[in-house]
Order: sequence, then structure tokens, then C-alpha cells
Amino acid sequence: MKKCLALILTVVMLLPVMALAENYAGEIVIGIYEPASGTSGAGGKQEALGIYYANYLAPTVELSDGVYKVKLVEVDNQSSPDKAPSAAQQLVSEGVSIVLGSYGSGVCIAAADIFDAAGLVAIGISCTNPQVTLGNPLYYRICYLDPFQGTVLANYAKDEFNATKAYTLAELGNDYDVGLAYYFAEAFKGLGGEVKGEEFPKGNSDFTAYLTSAVNSGAEIIFAPTSVEYATQIITQAAANGITIPIMAGDTWDNVRILEAAEGTDLSISVSTFFDEGDTGALAAEFVTGFKAWLNENPEKLANNGGSDIVAAVSALGYDGYMVALEALKRADSGDRDDIADVVAEVTYEGVTGFIAFDENGDAIRDQAFIIKTDNETGTWQFVKVQNVSDIAK
Amino acid sequence: MYDFISANLPYLLAGISVGGQYAMIAIGYTMVYGILRLINFAHGDVFTAAAYAMVYMNATMPLYLSLPLTILFTVILGYSVERIAYKPLRSAPRMSIMISSIGASYLLQNLMWYITSGLARQYPTIPWISKTVTIFTATTKMVTLVTPVLTLVLVLLLVQLINHTKIGMAMRAVSKDFETSRLMGIKINKVISVTFMIGSFLAAIGSMLYFTNYTAVVPTAGAMPGLKAFVAAVFGGIGSIPGAVIGAFIIGIVENIIKAVGLTTFSDAFTFALLIFILIFKPTGLFGEVIHEKV
Repeated sequence: MKKCLALILTVVMLLPVMALAENYAGEIVIGIYEPASGTSGAGGKQEALGIYYANYLAPTVELSDGVYKVKLVEVDNQSSPDKAPSAAQQLVSEGVSIVLGSYGSGVCIAAADIFDAAGLVAIGISCTNPQVTLGNPLYYRICYLDPFQGTVLANYAKDEFNATKAYTLAELGNDYDVGLAYYFAEAFKGLGGEVKGEEFPKGNSDFTAYLTSAVNSGAEIIFAPTSVEYATQIITQAAANGITIPIMAGDTWDNVRILEAAEGTDLSISVSTFFDEGDTGALAAEFVTGFKAWLNENPEKLANNGGSDIVAAVSALGYDGYMVALEALKRADSGDRDDIADVVAEVTYEGVTGFIAFDENGDAIRDQAFIIKTDNETGTWQFVKVQNVSDIAK
Repeated sequence: MYDFISANLPYLLAGISVGGQYAMIAIGYTMVYGILRLINFAHGDVFTAAAYAMVYMNATMPLYLSLPLTILFTVILGYSVERIAYKPLRSAPRMSIMISSIGASYLLQNLMWYITSGLARQYPTIPWISKTVTIFTATTKMVTLVTPVLTLVLVLLLVQLINHTKIGMAMRAVSKDFETSRLMGIKINKVISVTFMIGSFLAAIGSMLYFTNYTAVVPTAGAMPGLKAFVAAVFGGIGSIPGAVIGAFIIGIVENIIKAVGLTTFSDAFTFALLIFILIFKPTGLFGEVIHEKV
């Protein structure tokens, strides 16, 4: 009896192996390093959705010795630089070939050393702080950087709102917030404007005082590139306090929560982002339709996208990130970490968010950002313009 | 002058409103301390749990049901924390109960983290108190005006309860002398349970007011207000209800004045610097009773 049971169990255990052997030459594991909880959890989930969608469309990769199945392993870095290293370590021990992520720059900076020590290439998806790739030879990224984003937004503030005085608000100690606010301020001052900057402590929930300071300082624009969790509070409190100054922010605010908070208010909110849902280019349009259909099929995925099928820019970037990783695997012609590290810099890819190629720092060469603003009646994003780097007077 | 007032009124309003909300939490701390000589660290998390209860209940039922049910849930939660984490340790050294309360606090926090995966939830809109009003030159939510009034009314009721009812008399007796009141036939377990229930009831009301203003609910949302309310209770003299209320208003207002003068980054540091300062120079706080050595 016992022998019989053991035999059956052995056969059951061997089944998946046999199934694998039938179709695939092997398995390659790609790590997803994203926050699923904490202050950036909502954005991290959307970025991961883009990756899963890409994996759904392209579940295998063809190398010279056969077709490999691509398996995704996800860890939660909890949006927190002090918890991120253990999540990164987990990916290293899982034996992943390449890492995708993260949303939020602080957690990337915290994990860079660990990936580096393991010889593991990481492709940052929407982490825009320059420190992520600077000095970390194995960290690449496919989005634009904060100095560029800050400049774009400063120019927009000047051109669109004729602002001469700006107020910036950032979370103390958050690399993304503080960095972007700094680059915005530098660019804005370069254009002849004046800037008053303030920072709020982590966990703060009363923004009335900051908004009052902004009004009292005579600012004509509020620049608040904070996490979504704080952003919704800033928006509801600005509306409650009757603030009429236009509010601007960076890519993190391209989130359905912002639309929900702004709906029905009189606020003017503009943000810069990586991708526009209304993009009519063939690649982008195909992605938007396909992604929406994929989301609507499954209530859980829809919930992870914030309960609506509005396509976030980070999902599009997540999709491109996965495709770039596949390109790297093909070019290396193996799932070996060192082989990938040797070739990833040469990868180029025509993605839904535009053409991707890396410069000597490992940053994507990007020259355009999309500016969108909230439509407070319908609760949707309205496309404003594409800002090219060449349009900006240097 | 006009400009000065119109520029600074929003700070003052925010200060009074947040002060009232701290007061609601501070009363819970101070009453429990008065009776058990225990700092109930889980109180701030009960406050957060009340907010989550409201978020989830409001998703499935109308407001006239979800409001009272949230209060009921919070009262039961406060009672259960006492029953499970503190009652078995009644005769243990005071330090053990305190450590147990820290454990209860983290347990609640992590449970909430587990259930909600730490993502911010939007607090439901409670009509009327969410209405926008204009006072003088400042625009704010109705809740800012309602909070101080409601706080004072509830405190007056509570003082009546303590001074003029049988259970209130028992509470006073237990806080004076735990052992003797037990010998006099007072059911101390009942008194302690009632104390926790009153504290949780006020925390539930406080959480409704607080989160109407600051609408994002996260598992750690109650930690900071909880700590500040604790400082307020110490500032007012721990064990004293009027002291806790006055301490809470002072902390709320001063915190916002500090933000108004531009030292935004230091507003939290101030509260805790104040705690150290008080513990050094007036350990009994504003209204605290002086403890006489019994010979």
C-alpha cells in the first residue's frame, strides 16, 4: 500500500516536469520588484499589471537552444527603503535572471547594492531619480529622469500659467519627492521665477497649514510631487480650503485615485507622465485596447488597477519593461546573469511608450513627456500637450 | 491687522479642530491610566480600526446603520483588547501589562496591514460635517467647527457621569485605591471594562471627525495622533480629564502655529520635545494630582 502511494506521488510530482520537457527547453525566471503595499502600493500594482499583461502576450522566449517558458516571481518591497533590501535579497535567492522594477526611486536605490553584488541586472521602470543608475552599473531604466521632468514642468508652469512664483511641497526624506522638487525649483529659478519650498514629515495628514503657507507666499503654482496617498489628502484639503492656485505634480500623480479625489472640485491639476491613453499611434492604441480587455476579464485585476480600466502610464511602462527584458534575454541567448549583464546596454526596443535605447549611465534616452490634466466633471484625464526636450529653451 | 488675521485664521482653525480630535483620544489614555496606572498603547490603533470599520461598513450599508455599528464595533474592540491582553495580567507587575499593550498595538496594526495590504483607503463622506463653510475669510469643512463643540459637550457629559452616577463613583474609588475598593465590594473588572468602553467610544467619535478632515486611512494613520494625544494627556496631568482636553487643544494649536511661522519640519519634534520638558520640570502636568507617599 505504502509503495503504491509513493509511486503515485512520484508520478504526480514528475508530471509537471514531463509537461515542461514536452514543450519547453527550460524555464527562465524574471523577478518583479514592486511595492504591493505601503504608500506606493497602488502604483506598484498598476506597474506589475503591465508586466503580467506583457507576460500573458509573450509567455515564452526563443533562444538558440529552444523555447523557454518565462516565469514571473513577484516580491513586495512595501514602498519602504528599510524593508526593500530583504525583498531584493529574496529575488536574488530565487535565482531570477533579471529584475524589473520598481515604482518609486527610494526602494531602487536601497536595493541597488544587493542586485549589484549578485551580478543581477535590474531594469527600473518608473523610478525617475538620477541616483538609481548613477554609480550602479547594473541598474538600467526605461523612463525619463527627474532633471528632465522637472525642467519640462517648470517650463509648463511658466508658459501655461504665466507663473513667476512657485511653492513646492515634498515629503521629508523621500528621494523621489525631494529630488523632483529640487530639479523643478532649479529649472524654475533658471527661467527667472521665485520658489518657496517646504517639506512635510512622513505620516503627516494635515496639509491645511502647508496650503495656507502657499497662499500666503503669493505663489501662482503649487508643485507637489508626493506619493498618491498624500496627494489625495492634499487635493481634498485644497478643495475644502477653497484653494484656486493650479496644482502640478510629476508622474506619480497619474493615478486613478487622483481623478477620484479631484472629481467635482474646482481645482486645476496638471501632471507630466510617460504615456497618454489617447495616443493614436498603432502600437499604443493596440496596447490600450488589449490591456483594457484583459483587465475587464478579471475583477481582481480590475481591482488592482484601482477599480477602473483607465490605463496608467506605469502599466504601459511595465509592459515595455518586460519586453526590453525579453530582448535582453534574446540578445544574451541565455538566462545567465553574467551573459545578460554583458549585452543589456546594447538592447533597443520600439515600445508603446516610445523608442527605448540606453545611454552610458544605463538611462533610457528619452526626449518627450506628456502633460495631462484632470477633467473634474467626468473624472478622466485630459491630454494637454507633448513636451519635447528640443522645445525647451536651454 | 485684517491681512494678518485672514492669513493666519486657517492655521488657528486647523489647530482647534485637530486639538479637539486629539482630546477625544487623550481622554481614553488618561482614564485608563487613572484607574489601572497603565498606558494603553493600543488605543491609537483602536482609533485606526474604527476608521477601517467605517470604510468597510459604509461600503455595504447606509450611513444611519454604519455610524452606530462603527461605534459599537470600536467599543467591543476596546473591551476585547482589555479582556484578552490586560485582564489575565491583572496581578502581574505593571511593566508586564505595559509590554502587553505594546504587543496589542503592533498586533492590531499588523492585522490591519494584513487585511488591507497597507493601501490607503478613502474615508467615506459623512454629509453635513463634510460641507464646506466660509468663516470670515477662511474656507474650511464644517467638521472644524463641530469638533471643539462636540468635544466640550462630551467632556461635560463624561464629568457628570463620573461625579454623579454609581459607576462614576466606583471609578473614582478604584482610581484612588485599587485594593481597598475591591475589599469594599466594588466589582473592579466591571469598572475597568466600562472605562475601556468609554475610552473606545470617544476614540470612535474622534476617528469620525479626524478622518472626515484627513481622508486617507492607512494602518499607521492612528499612530501619530495616538502618540500626540498621549503627550497631551501627560501635559494636562495624566489621570485628569479636563487636563487631557486642555493639553490636547494646546498641542493642536501650537503645532499649527509652528507650521505658520515656517518651521514645518519641526512641528512633530516640538510635541515630543514638550513631553521631555514636562517630564523634567513638572512631572505631574498641568492638573495632575500630587502623589503623597503613604507612611
